[in-house]
Amino acid sequence: MTNSKGRFGIHGGQYVPETLMNAIIELEAAYEHFKDDPEFNRELTELFNEYAGRPSRLYYAKKMTEDLGGAKIYLKREDLNHTGSHKINNVLGQALLAKKMGKTRLIAETGAGQHGVATATAAALLNMECVVFMGEEDTIRQALNVYRMRLLGAEVIPVKTGTATLKDAVSEAMREWSSRIDDTHYCLGSVMGPHPFPVIVRDFQAVISREIKQQLQEKEGKLPDAVIACVGGGSNSMGSFYHFIENRDVALIGCEAAGRGIDTFETAATVNTGRVGIFHGMKSYFCQDEYGQIAPVYSISAGLDYPGVGPEHAYLHDIGRARYVPITDDEAVNAFEYLSRMEGIIPAIESAHAVAHAMELAPTMRKDQIIVITISGRGDKDCAAIARYRGEDIHE
Amino acid sequence: MSNIKSAFENGKAFIPFITCGDPDLKTTAAVVRAAVQNGADLIELGIPFSDPTAEGPVIQGANLRALTGGVTTDKIFDLVRGLRKDVKIPMVFMTYANVVFSYGAERFISTCKEIGIDGLILPDLPFEEKEEFLPLCRKYEVDLISLIAPTSENRIAMIAREADGFLYIVSSLGVTGTRSEIKTDLASIVAMVRQSTDVPCAIGFGISTPGQAKKMADLSDGAIVGSAIIKLLEKYGKDAPKYVGEYVKAMKDAIR
Repeated sequence: MTNSKGRFGIHGGQYVPETLMNAIIELEAAYEHFKDDPEFNRELTELFNEYAGRPSRLYYAKKMTEDLGGAKIYLKREDLNHTGSHKINNVLGQALLAKKMGKTRLIAETGAGQHGVATATAAALLNMECVVFMGEEDTIRQALNVYRMRLLGAEVIPVKTGTATLKDAVSEAMREWSSRIDDTHYCLGSVMGPHPFPVIVRDFQAVISREIKQQLQEKEGKLPDAVIACVGGGSNSMGSFYHFIENRDVALIGCEAAGRGIDTFETAATVNTGRVGIFHGMKSYFCQDEYGQIAPVYSISAGLDYPGVGPEHAYLHDIGRARYVPITDDEAVNAFEYLSRMEGIIPAIESAHAVAHAMELAPTMRKDQIIVITISGRGDKDCAAIARYRGEDIHE
Repeated sequence: MSNIKSAFENGKAFIPFITCGDPDLKTTAAVVRAAVQNGADLIELGIPFSDPTAEGPVIQGANLRALTGGVTTDKIFDLVRGLRKDVKIPMVFMTYANVVFSYGAERFISTCKEIGIDGLILPDLPFEEKEEFLPLCRKYEVDLISLIAPTSENRIAMIAREADGFLYIVSSLGVTGTRSEIKTDLASIVAMVRQSTDVPCAIGFGISTPGQAKKMADLSDGAIVGSAIIKLLEKYGKDAPKYVGEYVKAMKDAIR
């Protein structure tokens, strides 16, 4: 086994071309320097609170709780953040870090467009140039987000290679970074890729679990029994889990996109159907064929449509500290509609995967138990696609 | 210790890269033989990968065509078995870490030894991660080729000191593909390499013309050419061997 940096059990590492090695070493050094720097943290906290609208609410979903008739359900409202998802937490952190490093240009990949919009937003705020790579397929599925990014001053480059979705956008962003490093920071959107990205993104997203812990302490005086979040690359779930990892009695449940089912090829449930592999800079679980060719994946959710998972999730799975359940398109769409009608909250289709599992789990638990579901983003962007899924001919 | 050293005993080395299975394995075999007959000193055989993150559009296209055509690692091993009946010059595989890892590293590397593959180039396996495969490569005497990039700077000596086979010097930032101009100060990179190792070094990325090849070979021990050859395959398909042969001859004559 290798002794390289950024390992979570056997997972993680730095499997990138030599061209990028000094860039990620420089990034790691800068992050190590600034993460405990009081001035950096003061600036970041101010951006979080004054600009992004943190702390996000921990909302007691009373109607949903009564309807399901079991555990008490709280929703962590990351959908209420500026730009409409948890992605802004990581982006503000990385953009500020990049600025301190003297970088003037941010590049990013995006799937559903939430990370791209967040990056374009931070770039506008901090006077940085911004280029977002987005699978051509996704630019069609999420046309409104493409417009939002352009409105914010970013250039959006449709990626036509491979399956023209999130993984291809990541590959293209890596290629771009290797051709222009001096002035450019790759603002990776999830807890994936080569070290130090999985650590940096986790730390910036860990604000979610830090707040949940504190807010629930104030409201209930105790820890939750389960924390549920959706997992694509795994940033909102890692952020939701992180400060609870030490609390062994808190069940940590990641909801993967099963697409049309884990017994079909049209799935993106990496932990449930993948094998250990090396891709996009990390060792982790990947959907792949017997020869290691990365499999085309499918989910109704462009944000979960990724054939890998962050290395720390792979490790939490290996040691049994978190469990990863597959949720189909159908279950997610039902949950999307359920939360809209029940609580008047339209969740992102990604987050609806977590809601779907909570709907199954809550009735099996006691009324004095507590579930926290992270609503990672808001669902406005998904309405047209869900309408089409239900057979209505709506276009944005 | 593999046979790679012999590739550098015939003047400056010319090293063509060919993606296996583009457009089919029969053509690959004919292209390899045409290259050998026309003066190639070492053949770099690409095992296609679904998501080749270090490649530009030309080689990405070759990977896609090959995989769409149904080529697999096992079929490529068979191709090499066939080639080794008459091809005596060193051959190395260029692929991505997951292709080796997923096959089972020991099964992959021991097969390389068995079929006569001399080395492995894995662009997504930097110095920090080479322990992943190095012990097995040493065990089966398959050289794990290290790469040095224009951004390597303080890392050059560290990488060169532990190099096996030959050193692959990446001429430019970015991905593979032809370039009109190469601006990196390669002379100083090569000078740093020479201070740390006797292992030969060849330059690749962006080389397409005989003039560029000569310039690069003058600076180092050889020139590696990929995209320009793949373009011939893209253009001529099954008729490509003849054109690749002519091209290799022109390139080798230029650097000899």
